[in-house]
Amino acid sequence: MPEVRANSLEEVREAVRTYPRLRPKGGGSKPALSTPKDGETLLDLSGLRGILEYAPEEFVFTAYAGTPLKEIEETLRAHGQYLPFHPPLVEQGATLGGTVAAGLSGPMRERFGGLRDFILGVRFVDGEGRVVRGGGKVVKNAAGFPFHRLMVGSLGAFGVMVELSFKVFPYPRATRSLKVGFAKAEEALAALEGLRTLPLDLLALDLVPPATLEIRLGGFPESLEKRIQRLQDLLQREGEVLREDEAHWEGVKNLAFLKESPIWVKVPSRPDLIPLLEGLPLGPRRYLAGGELLYAGLDPEGLQALRERAIPHLVLRGKADQPLYPPPPEAFFAPIKRALDPKGRFPLG
Amino acid sequence: MGFLEELRALFPPGRLLTKEAELAPYESDALTAYRKRPLAVVLPERKEEVVEAVRLCYRHGVPFVARGSGTSLSGGSLPVEGGLVIALNRMNRILRLDPKARIAVVEPGVVNLEVSRQAAPFGLYYAPDPSSQPISTIGGNVAFNSGGAHCLKYGMTAGHVLALEVVTPQGEVVRLGGEGLESVGPDLHGFFVGTEGLLGVALEITLRLLPKPEAYHTLLAAYESLEAAGNAVSQVIRSGLLPGAMEIMDRLAIEAAEAAVKAGYPRVEALLIVELEGPKEEVEEEAKLLAQVIKESRALEVRIAQSEAQRQAIWKGRKAAFSAVGRLSPDYIVQDGVVPRSRLGEALKEIGRLSQEYGLRVANVFHAGDGNLHPLVLYDGKKPGELERAEELAGEILKLCVRLGGSLTGEHGIGVEKKEYMPKMFAPEDLLAMERVKEALDSKGLANRGKVLPGHGQGPHLGEVHA
Repeated sequence: MPEVRANSLEEVREAVRTYPRLRPKGGGSKPALSTPKDGETLLDLSGLRGILEYAPEEFVFTAYAGTPLKEIEETLRAHGQYLPFHPPLVEQGATLGGTVAAGLSGPMRERFGGLRDFILGVRFVDGEGRVVRGGGKVVKNAAGFPFHRLMVGSLGAFGVMVELSFKVFPYPRATRSLKVGFAKAEEALAALEGLRTLPLDLLALDLVPPATLEIRLGGFPESLEKRIQRLQDLLQREGEVLREDEAHWEGVKNLAFLKESPIWVKVPSRPDLIPLLEGLPLGPRRYLAGGELLYAGLDPEGLQALRERAIPHLVLRGKADQPLYPPPPEAFFAPIKRALDPKGRFPLG
Repeated sequence: MGFLEELRALFPPGRLLTKEAELAPYESDALTAYRKRPLAVVLPERKEEVVEAVRLCYRHGVPFVARGSGTSLSGGSLPVEGGLVIALNRMNRILRLDPKARIAVVEPGVVNLEVSRQAAPFGLYYAPDPSSQPISTIGGNVAFNSGGAHCLKYGMTAGHVLALEVVTPQGEVVRLGGEGLESVGPDLHGFFVGTEGLLGVALEITLRLLPKPEAYHTLLAAYESLEAAGNAVSQVIRSGLLPGAMEIMDRLAIEAAEAAVKAGYPRVEALLIVELEGPKEEVEEEAKLLAQVIKESRALEVRIAQSEAQRQAIWKGRKAAFSAVGRLSPDYIVQDGVVPRSRLGEALKEIGRLSQEYGLRVANVFHAGDGNLHPLVLYDGKKPGELERAEELAGEILKLCVRLGGSLTGEHGIGVEKKEYMPKMFAPEDLLAMERVKEALDSKGLANRGKVLPGHGQGPHLGEVHA
């Protein structure tokens, strides 16, 4: 398999000018997206790493796209901060750029929003080898076309991301979790729907099929007891309270529940879609963020079921001819693709 | 058939304006120093009419500008001379409000505040709150990625738009995004937000609604200098608190607010408003920490809202500050630059120096939490040369913001007003990429021609550019 490494902006430009078709790869934690197809050259960006700027007081950092999330999280944590969109697959080596390209968020996106809410700026190399910057390094900015948002979920279609800037937040002083089981799936779903519309500022609100809710709270230790109590009252159930919940949510975030499944997918979900999704032959799975985000493990039959029902999804691992379904809307996507990658060097060409 | 004849076939007489007197109100937006006479204005009531109008423009090569209430402070909805204005205010229906799904599907002419009003009975609200929110429309907010006082915590409009139906400048109708918070594939709806109408017209917008915070804790602190207020903001941030809003006003802005709405503010050099929000137990604890931080910041006076009425009183002066400045001066220019929060003090000092140098007063009202400055440059347009001097001063402030690592605009957009400053913030290749995307989606350059991209059509008359 042809392969090229790029450890600097210049090397990325060189690679883009040299190879007719490229498949960027960071940590390789989403092989369905980073494995080259016939005629593609693998562009290994794992050496394009390092945090370039981080001013904790600004709530902003800028890092090379190939920086492992683990390194970023550790640096932020040392200053009491975190990535509020809570990206998955950190333990598996996911990088910042790969996470943006796949558009992935984790359970704690429930509190403040997903990746798209926290990306501030990008520097990327377009299909002609030109360096383009979009957005900025400040938390509020409305100048120019927001190319940084275009990168989210793009699978690298418009260019090779080199640098990314993000907004971060202070990590909660303390956390607590509550696990509540219900007799029936419908009851769990109804409870989920009820909690979604209340101003409870939940860090995470997961539905674990068939009928368990896992809820995480963050804040001052003094308030957490009362807030857990309030949740128990609302749900009219004691449930199980986890005082030490960090390891549990790390596991969830790293999608440990998908373990041995041959195919891993992200499915944009919604509470009203859950009954339909639950009727499909899906494997291990969990609905994150109030039911808005499903990560599921599948076998080929499950994947086929998603396609047949025309349910949008993105395959992260396992065999899939087209990991992204459906393809982006042609009338808007194609002209932008043409403008930034006229020779079709990058994915989704 | 000619362009106007075809328009007449599409729109009944009352909804196609061509007479001079009818066109006059559409000649400018809130940036009144700029005026252009359009050929005609159409008032569509359904999205199909917008699509037909755009297609007609494309066939005839007529430039068009879509507009809502015309509150743009950057000239974003300034018409193109001889072009068509598509005024969307009549498309003001909330098509669907689904509290369970926490979404509202709206037409572009819906007024921002109306969304929160309709969502209120369900305990929900629409978070982005530009000061113009009682008037400005969601379509305009989408075009300009509007902000407000709560952007540090809640982000800007882009994060609250889940889906868009858009007509491209070439007349194709396309749906971007979906009804949930997550999607797969490129975030095209996120990209559309903030492109200032250059890539098409939003016909239908799906908005994310949030549960309205249960409790607020609103604090007003008085300081002997802007620097002291700025330092207090840094201390709040360092304490690990994440307030919903942090706002600062300087002496001139305080005086203006007092004259306008008698907010009862202390007459000091700087006021800081901090608002915490969340579940009541959490806000209670946060308020204790905030009290300690503010105490250490050596505030001259501290007031804490004990009721919703008192909270509104604290906000009243801040919200009125812009229009209130009109009482201090016949004319003013509002700027909207952003600096990294830690450089606020430096920026304000330099603005003070520039104000002296140019002999023009500058009032400062700003979103301190996100570093978004709103210097108001006061001038008298009747005095010869004063407008030009004011524009030059405003331009110097913009360049200062970029120099400090910030942005030309936090929420007002580039429009016509700041486009010649784009090269200060962006490299030629960045601008070229924007131009190429524009050209690919709008080969005839019709949609909001002359905005954002420098060197395209109607130039502004900002001092620096023509010097």
